Amino acid sequence: MKNRSLSFWLFVTPTLVALALVVFIPALMGIFYSFTNWDGLTYTTMLGFKNYITVFQDGGFLAALWFTVKFVVVTVILLNVIGLSLALLVTRKFKGNNLLRTVFFMPNLIGGLILGFIWQFIFTQVFDALGFSGWLTNQTTGFWGLVIVTLWQMSGYIMIIYIAYLQNIPTEVIEAAEIDGASPWQRFWNITFPMIAPAFTVSMFLTLSNGFKLYDPNLSLTNGGPYKSTEMLAMNIVNTAYSENDFARAEAKALVFFVIVGAISLLQVYYTRKREVDL
Amino acid sequence: MKKTSKLVIALVSFLLGLLWIFPFYLILTNSFKTPKGIFASVLSLPSPATGDNYVNSFKALDFLRSLGNSLIITVVGVVLIIVFSAMAAYALQRNHSKISGGILMLFVSAMLIPFQTVMIPLTANFGRVHMLNMWGLIFMYIGFQSSLSIFLYQGTIASIPVSMDESAELEGANRLQTFFKIIFPMLTPITTTVGILNIIALWNDYLLPSLVLPQNQYTIPLQMFFFFGQYTKQWHLALAGLALSILPVIIFYAFAQRYIIKGVTDGAVK
Repeated sequence: MKNRSLSFWLFVTPTLVALALVVFIPALMGIFYSFTNWDGLTYTTMLGFKNYITVFQDGGFLAALWFTVKFVVVTVILLNVIGLSLALLVTRKFKGNNLLRTVFFMPNLIGGLILGFIWQFIFTQVFDALGFSGWLTNQTTGFWGLVIVTLWQMSGYIMIIYIAYLQNIPTEVIEAAEIDGASPWQRFWNITFPMIAPAFTVSMFLTLSNGFKLYDPNLSLTNGGPYKSTEMLAMNIVNTAYSENDFARAEAKALVFFVIVGAISLLQVYYTRKREVDL
Repeated sequence: MKKTSKLVIALVSFLLGLLWIFPFYLILTNSFKTPKGIFASVLSLPSPATGDNYVNSFKALDFLRSLGNSLIITVVGVVLIIVFSAMAAYALQRNHSKISGGILMLFVSAMLIPFQTVMIPLTANFGRVHMLNMWGLIFMYIGFQSSLSIFLYQGTIASIPVSMDESAELEGANRLQTFFKIIFPMLTPITTTVGILNIIALWNDYLLPSLVLPQNQYTIPLQMFFFFGQYTKQWHLALAGLALSILPVIIFYAFAQRYIIKGVTDGAVK
Protein backbone atom coordinates (compact mmCIF):
# COMPACT_ATOMS: atom_id res chain seq x y z
CA MET A 1 0.00 0.00 0.00
CA LYS A 2 3.05 2.18 -0.32
CA ASN A 3 2.11 4.83 -2.83
CA ARG A 4 -1.55 4.75 -2.13
CA SER A 5 -1.64 7.20 0.72
CA LEU A 6 -5.29 8.03 0.07
CA SER A 7 -6.50 4.51 0.78
CA PHE A 8 -4.05 4.19 3.66
CA TRP A 9 -5.56 7.23 5.37
CA LEU A 10 -9.07 6.12 4.51
CA PHE A 11 -8.47 2.85 6.37
CA VAL A 12 -6.66 4.32 9.36
CA THR A 13 -8.59 7.54 9.96
CA PRO A 14 -11.74 6.26 11.75
CA THR A 15 -9.88 4.58 14.60
CA LEU A 16 -7.12 7.18 14.65
CA VAL A 17 -9.56 10.07 15.05
CA ALA A 18 -11.43 8.18 17.79
CA LEU A 19 -8.16 7.38 19.57
CA ALA A 20 -7.04 11.01 19.41
CA LEU A 21 -10.35 12.46 20.63
CA VAL A 22 -10.97 9.82 23.29
CA VAL A 23 -7.51 9.05 24.65
CA PHE A 24 -4.67 11.34 23.60
CA ILE A 25 -6.27 14.79 23.57
CA PRO A 26 -7.99 14.23 26.95
CA ALA A 27 -4.73 12.81 28.36
CA LEU A 28 -2.75 15.86 27.25
CA MET A 29 -5.45 18.21 28.53
CA GLY A 30 -5.43 16.29 31.79
CA ILE A 31 -1.70 16.75 32.20
CA PHE A 32 -2.08 20.48 31.63
CA TYR A 33 -5.11 20.85 33.94
CA SER A 34 -3.34 18.98 36.75
CA PHE A 35 -1.04 22.04 37.06
CA THR A 36 -3.96 24.48 37.31
CA ASN A 37 -7.00 25.13 39.50
CA TRP A 38 -9.33 23.66 36.86
CA ASP A 39 -12.93 23.21 38.11
CA GLY A 40 -14.12 21.02 35.27
CA LEU A 41 -14.98 23.97 33.04
CA THR A 42 -12.36 26.68 33.35
CA TYR A 43 -9.17 27.52 35.18
CA THR A 44 -7.85 30.85 36.39
CA THR A 45 -4.32 30.26 37.68
CA MET A 46 -1.38 27.97 37.20
CA LEU A 47 -0.50 26.17 40.41
CA GLY A 48 2.71 24.42 39.44
CA PHE A 49 3.16 21.23 41.44
CA LYS A 50 0.77 22.27 44.19
CA ASN A 51 -1.88 19.67 43.25
CA TYR A 52 0.73 16.93 43.24
CA ILE A 53 2.04 17.98 46.64
CA THR A 54 -1.47 17.87 48.10
CA VAL A 55 -1.97 14.41 46.57
CA PHE A 56 0.90 13.05 48.62
CA GLN A 57 -0.40 14.84 51.73
CA ASP A 58 -3.88 13.42 51.18
CA GLY A 59 -4.43 10.80 53.88
CA GLY A 60 -7.37 9.30 51.98
CA PHE A 61 -5.31 8.80 48.85
CA LEU A 62 -2.39 7.26 50.72
CA ALA A 63 -4.76 4.98 52.64
CA ALA A 64 -6.37 3.91 49.34
CA LEU A 65 -2.93 3.30 47.84
CA TRP A 66 -1.88 1.11 50.78
CA PHE A 67 -5.21 -0.76 50.77
CA THR A 68 -4.87 -1.34 47.02
CA VAL A 69 -1.27 -2.58 47.31
CA LYS A 70 -2.27 -5.07 50.01
CA PHE A 71 -5.22 -6.19 47.91
CA VAL A 72 -3.04 -6.65 44.82
CA VAL A 73 -0.38 -8.68 46.67
CA VAL A 74 -2.98 -11.01 48.20
CA THR A 75 -5.04 -11.47 45.02
CA VAL A 76 -2.04 -11.96 42.71
CA ILE A 77 -0.76 -14.81 44.89
CA LEU A 78 -4.13 -16.45 45.55
CA LEU A 79 -5.39 -16.10 41.96
CA ASN A 80 -2.31 -17.76 40.56
CA VAL A 81 -2.37 -20.57 43.14
CA ILE A 82 -6.09 -21.23 42.70
CA GLY A 83 -6.07 -20.70 38.92
CA LEU A 84 -3.18 -23.12 38.43
CA SER A 85 -4.71 -25.68 40.80
CA LEU A 86 -8.02 -25.58 38.96
CA ALA A 87 -6.19 -25.91 35.64
CA LEU A 88 -4.25 -28.95 36.89
CA LEU A 89 -7.48 -30.54 38.14
CA VAL A 90 -9.61 -30.07 35.03
CA THR A 91 -6.88 -31.07 32.57
CA ARG A 92 -6.97 -34.57 34.11
CA LYS A 93 -9.15 -37.00 32.24
CA PHE A 94 -12.38 -37.68 34.11
CA LYS A 95 -16.05 -37.43 33.30
CA GLY A 96 -17.34 -33.88 33.62
CA ASN A 97 -13.99 -32.08 33.45
CA ASN A 98 -15.23 -29.92 30.59
CA LEU A 99 -18.42 -29.04 32.42
CA LEU A 100 -16.31 -27.97 35.41
CA ARG A 101 -14.19 -25.70 33.24
CA THR A 102 -17.41 -24.03 32.13
CA VAL A 103 -18.54 -23.64 35.74
CA PHE A 104 -15.24 -22.19 37.00
CA PHE A 105 -15.08 -19.70 34.15
CA MET A 106 -18.71 -18.55 34.31
CA PRO A 107 -18.43 -15.77 36.95
CA ASN A 108 -15.85 -14.08 34.72
CA LEU A 109 -18.52 -13.17 32.18
CA ILE A 110 -20.63 -11.31 34.70
CA GLY A 111 -19.72 -7.69 35.25
CA GLY A 112 -17.98 -6.62 38.45
CA LEU A 113 -20.88 -4.40 39.46
CA ILE A 114 -23.41 -7.26 39.43
CA LEU A 115 -20.92 -9.60 41.15
CA GLY A 116 -20.48 -7.14 43.98
CA PHE A 117 -24.24 -7.02 44.55
CA ILE A 118 -24.52 -10.82 44.51
CA TRP A 119 -21.85 -11.09 47.20
CA GLN A 120 -23.29 -8.24 49.21
CA PHE A 121 -26.32 -10.47 49.68
CA ILE A 122 -24.15 -13.45 50.61
CA PHE A 123 -21.88 -11.59 53.03
CA THR A 124 -24.67 -9.75 54.79
CA GLN A 125 -27.76 -12.01 54.63
CA VAL A 126 -26.35 -15.53 54.20
CA PHE A 127 -23.29 -15.14 56.45
CA ASP A 128 -25.52 -13.57 59.07
CA ALA A 129 -27.88 -16.53 58.99
CA LEU A 130 -24.93 -18.90 59.34
CA GLY A 131 -23.66 -17.07 62.40
CA PHE A 132 -20.84 -15.04 60.79
CA SER A 133 -22.41 -11.68 61.36
CA GLY A 134 -20.89 -8.28 60.83
CA TRP A 135 -19.27 -8.87 57.43
CA LEU A 136 -18.55 -5.70 55.42
CA THR A 137 -19.00 -3.57 58.55
CA ASN A 138 -15.26 -3.10 59.12
CA GLN A 139 -12.09 -2.82 57.07
CA THR A 140 -10.90 -6.41 57.57
CA THR A 141 -14.09 -8.14 56.45
CA GLY A 142 -14.48 -5.56 53.67
CA PHE A 143 -10.98 -6.40 52.46
CA TRP A 144 -11.54 -10.15 52.50
CA GLY A 145 -14.96 -9.64 50.96
CA LEU A 146 -13.35 -7.89 47.99
CA VAL A 147 -10.68 -10.60 47.81
CA ILE A 148 -13.31 -13.37 47.74
CA VAL A 149 -15.36 -11.65 45.02
CA THR A 150 -12.21 -11.20 42.93
CA LEU A 151 -11.14 -14.82 43.43
CA TRP A 152 -14.59 -16.04 42.40
CA GLN A 153 -14.58 -13.80 39.34
CA MET A 154 -11.00 -14.19 38.11
CA SER A 155 -9.81 -17.68 39.09
CA GLY A 156 -11.55 -19.25 36.10
CA TYR A 157 -9.92 -16.71 33.81
CA ILE A 158 -6.44 -17.46 35.17
CA MET A 159 -7.34 -21.15 34.93
CA ILE A 160 -7.95 -21.02 31.18
CA ILE A 161 -4.65 -19.18 30.63
CA TYR A 162 -2.81 -21.98 32.45
CA ILE A 163 -4.82 -24.59 30.55
CA ALA A 164 -3.70 -23.07 27.24
CA TYR A 165 -0.06 -23.55 28.23
CA LEU A 166 -0.55 -26.93 29.94
CA GLN A 167 -2.00 -28.31 26.72
CA ASN A 168 1.16 -27.32 24.86
CA ILE A 169 3.33 -29.65 26.95
CA PRO A 170 4.09 -32.71 24.82
CA THR A 171 2.78 -35.83 26.55
CA GLU A 172 5.91 -37.77 25.51
CA VAL A 173 8.02 -35.65 27.83
CA ILE A 174 5.84 -36.47 30.82
CA GLU A 175 5.65 -40.13 29.86
CA ALA A 176 9.42 -40.36 29.46
CA ALA A 177 9.89 -38.89 32.93
CA GLU A 178 7.35 -41.34 34.31
CA ILE A 179 9.28 -44.25 32.79
CA ASP A 180 12.49 -42.88 34.28
CA GLY A 181 10.80 -43.13 37.65
CA ALA A 182 10.07 -39.46 38.42
CA SER A 183 7.43 -38.99 41.12
CA PRO A 184 4.34 -36.87 40.32
CA TRP A 185 5.80 -34.06 42.45
CA GLN A 186 9.15 -34.23 40.61
CA ARG A 187 7.33 -34.24 37.29
CA PHE A 188 5.40 -31.12 38.29
CA TRP A 189 8.43 -29.15 39.54
CA ASN A 190 10.92 -30.21 36.88
CA ILE A 191 8.76 -30.42 33.76
CA THR A 192 5.31 -28.88 34.07
CA PHE A 193 6.27 -25.85 36.10
CA PRO A 194 9.13 -24.60 33.89
CA MET A 195 7.05 -25.18 30.78
CA ILE A 196 4.14 -23.08 32.00
CA ALA A 197 6.37 -20.24 33.20
CA PRO A 198 5.15 -17.95 30.36
CA ALA A 199 1.58 -18.47 31.61
CA PHE A 200 2.74 -17.21 34.98
CA THR A 201 4.08 -14.02 33.36
CA VAL A 202 0.83 -13.43 31.47
CA SER A 203 -1.44 -14.02 34.43
CA MET A 204 0.85 -12.07 36.73
CA PHE A 205 0.48 -9.04 34.46
CA LEU A 206 -3.29 -9.43 34.15
CA THR A 207 -3.85 -9.90 37.86
CA LEU A 208 -1.54 -7.01 38.76
CA SER A 209 -3.07 -4.44 36.45
CA ASN A 210 -6.65 -5.62 37.06
CA GLY A 211 -6.03 -5.39 40.79
CA PHE A 212 -4.75 -1.84 40.62
CA LYS A 213 -7.62 -0.70 38.41
CA LEU A 214 -10.41 -2.46 40.32
CA TYR A 215 -13.49 -0.27 40.62
CA ASP A 216 -16.86 -1.93 39.96
CA PRO A 217 -16.97 -4.54 42.76
CA ASN A 218 -15.51 -1.95 45.12
CA LEU A 219 -18.47 0.29 44.35
CA SER A 220 -21.20 -2.34 44.60
CA LEU A 221 -19.82 -4.43 47.46
CA THR A 222 -18.64 -1.89 50.03
CA ASN A 223 -18.86 1.48 48.24
CA GLY A 224 -15.57 2.18 49.99
CA GLY A 225 -17.16 1.94 53.42
CA PRO A 226 -17.31 1.89 56.32
CA TYR A 227 -15.91 5.43 56.50
CA LYS A 228 -13.83 5.10 53.31
CA SER A 229 -11.77 2.35 54.94
CA THR A 230 -12.12 0.03 51.92
CA GLU A 231 -11.74 2.71 49.26
CA MET A 232 -9.31 1.63 46.52
CA LEU A 233 -7.25 3.90 44.24
CA ALA A 234 -9.65 4.03 41.29
CA MET A 235 -12.59 4.84 43.56
CA ASN A 236 -10.61 7.50 45.43
CA ILE A 237 -9.93 9.27 42.11
CA VAL A 238 -13.54 9.01 40.91
CA ASN A 239 -14.83 10.32 44.26
CA THR A 240 -12.36 13.22 44.33
CA ALA A 241 -13.68 14.23 40.91
CA TYR A 242 -17.39 13.56 41.08
CA SER A 243 -18.23 13.74 44.80
CA GLU A 244 -15.83 16.45 45.94
CA ASN A 245 -15.78 18.21 42.52
CA ASP A 246 -12.06 18.75 42.96
CA PHE A 247 -11.23 18.09 39.32
CA ALA A 248 -7.66 19.38 39.14
CA ARG A 249 -6.58 17.38 42.18
CA ALA A 250 -8.41 14.29 40.87
CA GLU A 251 -6.50 14.66 37.60
CA ALA A 252 -3.19 14.91 39.47
CA LYS A 253 -4.12 11.74 41.37
CA ALA A 254 -5.04 10.04 38.09
CA LEU A 255 -1.62 10.90 36.64
CA VAL A 256 0.16 9.52 39.72
CA PHE A 257 -2.03 6.43 39.23
CA PHE A 258 -0.95 6.29 35.56
CA VAL A 259 2.72 6.41 36.54
CA ILE A 260 2.24 3.57 39.06
CA VAL A 261 0.28 1.34 36.65
CA GLY A 262 2.55 2.26 33.71
CA ALA A 263 5.73 1.50 35.66
CA ILE A 264 4.37 -1.91 36.62
CA SER A 265 3.37 -2.68 33.02
CA LEU A 266 6.78 -1.64 31.66
CA LEU A 267 8.62 -3.65 34.31
CA GLN A 268 6.50 -6.58 33.33
CA VAL A 269 7.29 -6.18 29.61
CA TYR A 270 10.99 -5.78 30.41
CA TYR A 271 10.98 -8.87 32.58
CA THR A 272 9.16 -10.93 29.91
CA ARG A 273 11.55 -9.85 27.14
CA LYS A 274 14.56 -10.59 29.31
CA ARG A 275 13.36 -14.05 30.09
CA GLU A 276 12.51 -14.77 26.47
CA VAL A 277 16.11 -13.91 25.62
CA ASP A 278 17.40 -16.11 28.45
CA LEU A 279 15.49 -19.06 27.06
CA MET B 1 -3.51 -46.72 43.29
CA LYS B 2 -3.89 -44.89 40.04
CA LYS B 3 -7.64 -45.42 39.99
CA THR B 4 -8.16 -44.08 43.50
CA SER B 5 -6.09 -40.95 42.85
CA LYS B 6 -8.17 -40.30 39.76
CA LEU B 7 -11.32 -40.67 41.84
CA VAL B 8 -9.99 -38.27 44.46
CA ILE B 9 -9.20 -35.68 41.80
CA ALA B 10 -12.65 -36.02 40.27
CA LEU B 11 -14.27 -35.73 43.69
CA VAL B 12 -12.27 -32.65 44.74
CA SER B 13 -13.00 -30.95 41.40
CA PHE B 14 -16.68 -31.76 41.70
CA LEU B 15 -16.88 -30.31 45.22
CA LEU B 16 -15.08 -27.17 44.08
CA GLY B 17 -17.54 -26.92 41.19
CA LEU B 18 -20.42 -27.04 43.67
CA LEU B 19 -18.77 -24.31 45.75
CA TRP B 20 -18.42 -22.20 42.58
CA ILE B 21 -22.10 -22.41 41.61
CA PHE B 22 -23.37 -22.06 45.18
CA PRO B 23 -23.71 -18.23 44.89
CA PHE B 24 -25.93 -18.72 41.84
CA TYR B 25 -28.03 -21.24 43.79
CA LEU B 26 -28.45 -18.74 46.64
CA ILE B 27 -29.51 -15.92 44.33
CA LEU B 28 -31.89 -18.08 42.34
CA THR B 29 -33.64 -19.84 45.24
CA ASN B 30 -34.01 -16.71 47.35
CA SER B 31 -35.34 -14.71 44.41
CA PHE B 32 -38.50 -16.86 44.55
CA LYS B 33 -39.08 -16.28 48.26
CA THR B 34 -41.14 -13.69 50.10
CA PRO B 35 -39.20 -11.29 52.39
CA LYS B 36 -40.36 -13.44 55.32
CA GLY B 37 -39.17 -16.59 53.55
CA ILE B 38 -35.68 -15.14 53.06
CA PHE B 39 -35.54 -14.11 56.69
CA ALA B 40 -36.75 -17.52 57.89
CA SER B 41 -34.12 -19.52 56.00
CA VAL B 42 -31.68 -18.38 53.31
CA LEU B 43 -30.43 -21.87 52.53
CA SER B 44 -33.71 -23.73 51.99
CA LEU B 45 -35.67 -24.07 48.79
CA PRO B 46 -38.51 -21.54 48.47
CA SER B 47 -41.76 -22.65 50.03
CA PRO B 48 -44.10 -21.24 49.05
CA ALA B 49 -42.42 -20.13 45.80
CA THR B 50 -43.59 -16.86 44.32
CA GLY B 51 -42.94 -15.25 40.95
CA ASP B 52 -44.09 -11.83 42.18
CA ASN B 53 -40.54 -10.64 42.78
CA TYR B 54 -39.81 -11.09 39.09
CA VAL B 55 -42.95 -9.30 37.95
CA ASN B 56 -42.23 -6.38 40.28
CA SER B 57 -38.52 -6.05 39.61
CA PHE B 58 -39.09 -6.41 35.86
CA LYS B 59 -41.28 -3.30 36.05
CA ALA B 60 -39.12 -1.42 38.54
CA LEU B 61 -35.98 -2.08 36.50
CA ASP B 62 -37.77 -1.07 33.29
CA PHE B 63 -36.01 -4.23 32.16
CA LEU B 64 -36.94 -4.24 28.47
CA ARG B 65 -35.69 -0.70 27.98
CA SER B 66 -32.36 -1.24 29.73
CA LEU B 67 -31.94 -4.55 27.88
CA GLY B 68 -32.63 -2.73 24.61
CA ASN B 69 -30.14 0.01 25.44
CA SER B 70 -27.48 -2.55 26.37
CA LEU B 71 -28.13 -4.44 23.13
CA ILE B 72 -27.97 -1.36 20.88
CA ILE B 73 -24.76 -0.07 22.47
CA THR B 74 -23.06 -3.46 22.46
CA VAL B 75 -24.10 -4.55 18.96
CA VAL B 76 -23.48 -1.23 17.17
CA GLY B 77 -20.30 -0.61 19.18
CA VAL B 78 -18.81 -4.05 18.56
CA VAL B 79 -19.64 -4.06 14.82
CA LEU B 80 -17.99 -0.65 14.35
CA ILE B 81 -14.96 -1.64 16.44
CA ILE B 82 -14.52 -4.80 14.36
CA VAL B 83 -14.82 -3.10 10.96
CA PHE B 84 -12.68 -0.06 11.75
CA SER B 85 -10.00 -1.99 13.67
CA ALA B 86 -9.65 -4.62 10.96
CA MET B 87 -9.33 -1.88 8.32
CA ALA B 88 -6.72 0.00 10.33
CA ALA B 89 -4.76 -3.15 11.16
CA TYR B 90 -4.73 -4.10 7.46
CA ALA B 91 -3.47 -0.71 6.32
CA LEU B 92 -0.86 -0.57 9.09
CA GLN B 93 0.36 -4.10 8.39
CA ARG B 94 0.63 -3.67 4.62
CA ASN B 95 2.34 -0.29 4.79
CA HIS B 96 5.94 -0.35 5.98
CA SER B 97 6.57 3.40 6.21
CA LYS B 98 7.71 5.27 9.31
CA ILE B 99 4.31 6.94 9.64
CA SER B 100 2.62 3.57 9.73
CA GLY B 101 4.98 2.33 12.42
CA GLY B 102 4.46 5.51 14.44
CA ILE B 103 0.67 5.16 14.30
CA LEU B 104 0.90 1.57 15.47
CA MET B 105 3.05 2.72 18.39
CA LEU B 106 0.36 5.27 19.30
CA PHE B 107 -2.28 2.55 19.44
CA VAL B 108 -0.12 0.24 21.52
CA SER B 109 0.95 2.95 23.97
CA ALA B 110 -2.69 3.99 24.47
CA MET B 111 -3.22 0.62 26.14
CA LEU B 112 -1.00 1.78 29.01
CA ILE B 113 -3.15 4.79 29.88
CA PRO B 114 -5.68 3.98 32.62
CA PHE B 115 -9.25 5.15 32.12
CA GLN B 116 -9.19 7.45 35.17
CA THR B 117 -6.45 9.53 33.58
CA VAL B 118 -8.58 10.60 30.61
CA MET B 119 -12.04 10.33 32.18
CA ILE B 120 -12.50 13.90 33.41
CA PRO B 121 -11.36 15.92 30.34
CA LEU B 122 -13.05 13.36 28.06
CA THR B 123 -16.50 13.76 29.60
CA ALA B 124 -16.02 17.53 29.86
CA ASN B 125 -15.19 17.76 26.15
CA PHE B 126 -18.04 15.55 25.02
CA GLY B 127 -20.41 17.45 27.30
CA ARG B 128 -19.45 20.69 25.60
CA VAL B 129 -20.50 19.35 22.18
CA HIS B 130 -23.64 17.68 23.59
CA MET B 131 -22.44 14.15 22.94
CA LEU B 132 -23.05 12.70 26.40
CA ASN B 133 -25.41 10.03 25.07
CA MET B 134 -25.23 6.50 23.65
CA TRP B 135 -23.82 7.64 20.31
CA GLY B 136 -21.05 9.55 22.03
CA LEU B 137 -20.48 6.47 24.19
CA ILE B 138 -20.16 4.22 21.12
CA PHE B 139 -17.63 6.62 19.63
CA MET B 140 -15.66 6.53 22.89
CA TYR B 141 -15.67 2.74 22.80
CA ILE B 142 -14.11 2.82 19.33
CA GLY B 143 -11.31 4.95 20.78
CA PHE B 144 -10.79 2.82 23.88
CA GLN B 145 -11.17 -0.64 22.35
CA SER B 146 -9.46 -0.24 18.98
CA SER B 147 -5.92 -0.62 20.38
CA LEU B 148 -6.34 -4.19 21.58
CA SER B 149 -8.47 -5.09 18.55
CA ILE B 150 -5.91 -3.73 16.05
CA PHE B 151 -3.14 -5.50 17.96
CA LEU B 152 -5.01 -8.82 17.69
CA TYR B 153 -5.79 -8.34 13.97
CA GLN B 154 -2.18 -7.40 13.12
CA GLY B 155 -0.73 -10.82 13.79
CA THR B 156 -3.29 -12.66 11.68
CA ILE B 157 -3.09 -10.22 8.75
CA ALA B 158 0.69 -10.65 8.70
CA SER B 159 0.16 -14.34 7.97
CA ILE B 160 -1.90 -13.61 4.82
CA PRO B 161 0.49 -13.37 1.84
CA VAL B 162 0.58 -10.07 -0.04
CA SER B 163 0.13 -12.05 -3.26
CA MET B 164 -3.54 -12.42 -2.28
CA ASP B 165 -3.93 -8.63 -2.44
CA GLU B 166 -1.98 -8.40 -5.68
CA SER B 167 -3.98 -11.02 -7.54
CA ALA B 168 -7.22 -9.34 -6.47
CA GLU B 169 -5.91 -6.03 -7.78
CA LEU B 170 -4.85 -7.58 -11.07
CA GLU B 171 -8.45 -8.58 -11.51
CA GLY B 172 -9.42 -4.95 -11.11
CA ALA B 173 -10.51 -4.77 -7.46
CA ASN B 174 -9.83 -1.52 -5.64
CA ARG B 175 -8.45 -1.39 -2.09
CA LEU B 176 -11.83 -1.42 -0.37
CA GLN B 177 -13.04 -4.34 -2.47
CA THR B 178 -9.82 -6.27 -1.89
CA PHE B 179 -10.18 -5.78 1.83
CA PHE B 180 -13.86 -6.53 2.25
CA LYS B 181 -14.16 -9.33 -0.33
CA ILE B 182 -10.82 -11.12 0.06
CA ILE B 183 -9.05 -10.23 3.29
CA PHE B 184 -11.85 -9.63 5.80
CA PRO B 185 -13.55 -13.02 5.20
CA MET B 186 -10.20 -14.74 5.84
CA LEU B 187 -10.04 -13.09 9.26
CA THR B 188 -13.19 -14.75 10.63
CA PRO B 189 -11.50 -16.72 13.48
CA ILE B 190 -9.76 -13.64 14.88
CA THR B 191 -12.89 -11.53 14.24
CA THR B 192 -14.76 -13.94 16.52
CA THR B 193 -12.12 -13.42 19.20
CA VAL B 194 -12.17 -9.63 18.83
CA GLY B 195 -15.97 -9.69 18.85
CA ILE B 196 -16.24 -11.81 22.01
CA LEU B 197 -13.72 -9.73 23.96
CA ASN B 198 -15.46 -6.50 23.02
CA ILE B 199 -18.95 -7.88 23.73
CA ILE B 200 -17.85 -8.81 27.27
CA ALA B 201 -16.16 -5.43 27.80
CA LEU B 202 -19.04 -3.29 26.50
CA TRP B 203 -21.89 -5.30 28.01
CA ASN B 204 -20.46 -5.21 31.54
CA ASP B 205 -18.99 -1.72 31.55
CA TYR B 206 -20.22 0.51 34.33
CA LEU B 207 -18.04 3.53 35.06
CA LEU B 208 -17.84 5.13 31.61
CA PRO B 209 -21.56 4.77 30.78
CA SER B 210 -22.41 6.09 34.26
CA LEU B 211 -20.57 9.31 33.37
CA VAL B 212 -21.98 9.54 29.83
CA LEU B 213 -25.55 8.24 29.57
CA PRO B 214 -28.75 10.13 30.41
CA GLN B 215 -31.21 8.13 32.50
CA ASN B 216 -33.46 7.07 29.61
CA GLN B 217 -30.47 5.40 27.95
CA TYR B 218 -29.33 3.44 31.03
CA THR B 219 -27.84 0.03 30.33
CA ILE B 220 -28.45 -3.01 32.55
CA PRO B 221 -25.54 -2.40 34.98
CA LEU B 222 -26.52 1.28 35.36
CA GLN B 223 -30.17 0.46 35.90
CA MET B 224 -29.12 -2.20 38.41
CA PHE B 225 -27.07 0.33 40.39
CA PHE B 226 -29.94 2.80 40.35
CA PHE B 227 -32.36 0.05 41.39
CA PHE B 228 -30.15 -0.98 44.32
CA GLY B 229 -30.08 2.60 45.54
CA GLN B 230 -33.88 2.74 45.48
CA TYR B 231 -34.62 -0.66 46.99
CA THR B 232 -31.98 -1.02 49.67
CA LYS B 233 -32.69 -3.89 52.02
CA GLN B 234 -35.53 -5.19 49.85
CA TRP B 235 -33.57 -8.28 48.99
CA HIS B 236 -36.50 -10.22 47.48
CA LEU B 237 -36.78 -7.62 44.70
CA ALA B 238 -33.05 -7.05 44.40
CA LEU B 239 -32.31 -10.76 43.94
CA ALA B 240 -34.93 -11.18 41.22
CA GLY B 241 -33.41 -8.13 39.51
CA LEU B 242 -29.93 -9.64 39.77
CA ALA B 243 -31.15 -12.94 38.33
CA LEU B 244 -32.80 -11.08 35.42
CA SER B 245 -29.64 -9.10 34.73
CA ILE B 246 -27.49 -12.25 34.65
CA LEU B 247 -29.88 -14.15 32.38
CA PRO B 248 -28.72 -12.65 29.04
CA VAL B 249 -25.09 -13.47 29.93
CA ILE B 250 -25.96 -17.09 30.78
CA ILE B 251 -27.87 -17.48 27.50
CA PHE B 252 -24.95 -16.03 25.55
CA TYR B 253 -22.52 -18.34 27.37
CA ALA B 254 -24.69 -21.39 26.71
CA PHE B 255 -24.68 -20.77 22.97
CA ALA B 256 -21.18 -19.45 22.38
CA GLN B 257 -19.23 -21.19 25.14
CA ARG B 258 -16.51 -22.66 22.93
CA TYR B 259 -15.86 -19.38 21.13
CA ILE B 260 -15.89 -17.43 24.36
CA ILE B 261 -13.23 -19.58 26.03
CA LYS B 262 -11.09 -19.56 22.89
CA GLY B 263 -11.52 -15.80 22.46
CA VAL B 264 -10.67 -14.99 26.04
CA THR B 265 -7.61 -17.27 25.90
CA ASP B 266 -6.35 -15.67 22.68
CA GLY B 267 -6.94 -12.19 24.06
CA ALA B 268 -4.87 -12.91 27.15
CA VAL B 269 -2.10 -15.00 25.66
CA LYS B 270 -1.33 -13.11 22.43
